[in-house]
Amino acid sequence: MAELNEGDQVPELRVMPDKYLPHRYAGASGDFNPIHIDPEFAKAVGLPSNILHGLYSMGVVARANTALADGDPRALKRLSVQFRGMGVPEQEIVVTGTVKSADGDRVTIDTVATQGENQIIRNAEAEIQL
Amino acid sequence: MAIKTDAVGKEWPGTTYQVGREKIKEYANALGLDNPVHFDVEAAKAAGFRDVAAPPMFAVVYSGPAVAPAILDPEVGMNFATMVHGGQVFEWGEPVCSGDEITTTPKCLEIYEKDGKGFYVFESVSVNQDGEQVVRAVWTNIVRGV
Repeated sequence: MAELNEGDQVPELRVMPDKYLPHRYAGASGDFNPIHIDPEFAKAVGLPSNILHGLYSMGVVARANTALADGDPRALKRLSVQFRGMGVPEQEIVVTGTVKSADGDRVTIDTVATQGENQIIRNAEAEIQL
Repeated sequence: MAIKTDAVGKEWPGTTYQVGREKIKEYANALGLDNPVHFDVEAAKAAGFRDVAAPPMFAVVYSGPAVAPAILDPEVGMNFATMVHGGQVFEWGEPVCSGDEITTTPKCLEIYEKDGKGFYVFESVSVNQDGEQVVRAVWTNIVRGV
């Protein structure tokens, strides 16, 4: 792993959640809220369609940051996010990050996840131990 | 109408979750993770884990259900019709591996009103069978029109 310095951009992560991703994530996480898996229900409560689980999108952000330590699950020490715009299936998620501070092996990264113009995770801050 | 804050400081009983290899694999697959430590016990042991290792965000699996009784408590009194998950923090400690028994205890940290919205903030602390802390989480739910 190359050294990370304040202001560095970290490698972006692109993920395409397919049509059935919310169903698989529902099974994996145990969150079967119908707004995530039933497009008709979602529309009936005023959403454009079924939406991604916020914690799935946070998981994608965690994956992007853990990737900086070759995917070692011990590397991620803290992750704080705000959920804003809703994520949807069948649209690519792009996770980008900038090094906010680097103190020895401990690196703090500001991260954003977007789908097109829509920020689905913002003000995300990850602390990783390299 | 002033927001009800009676539940601030309230704690709920802990919930214990038994971590298993197949559940870790299912979760890692849903997130598209490919590190073999999440799938293969030999690879996990070679990397220094006791058994197949959970991804950090597996915290959702063992701590989410434990927080539900707090979120659903009528004393908290959230209006679910207009509730959204506004923010989330996880702070990780000891790694979680298959075979662990994780006990998660929720608490209501804060309830406050801002710009016509209600903010309901819960903390959960998860410890393993040896009493080591594996995760501290902060869950913020926002209710419109309180």
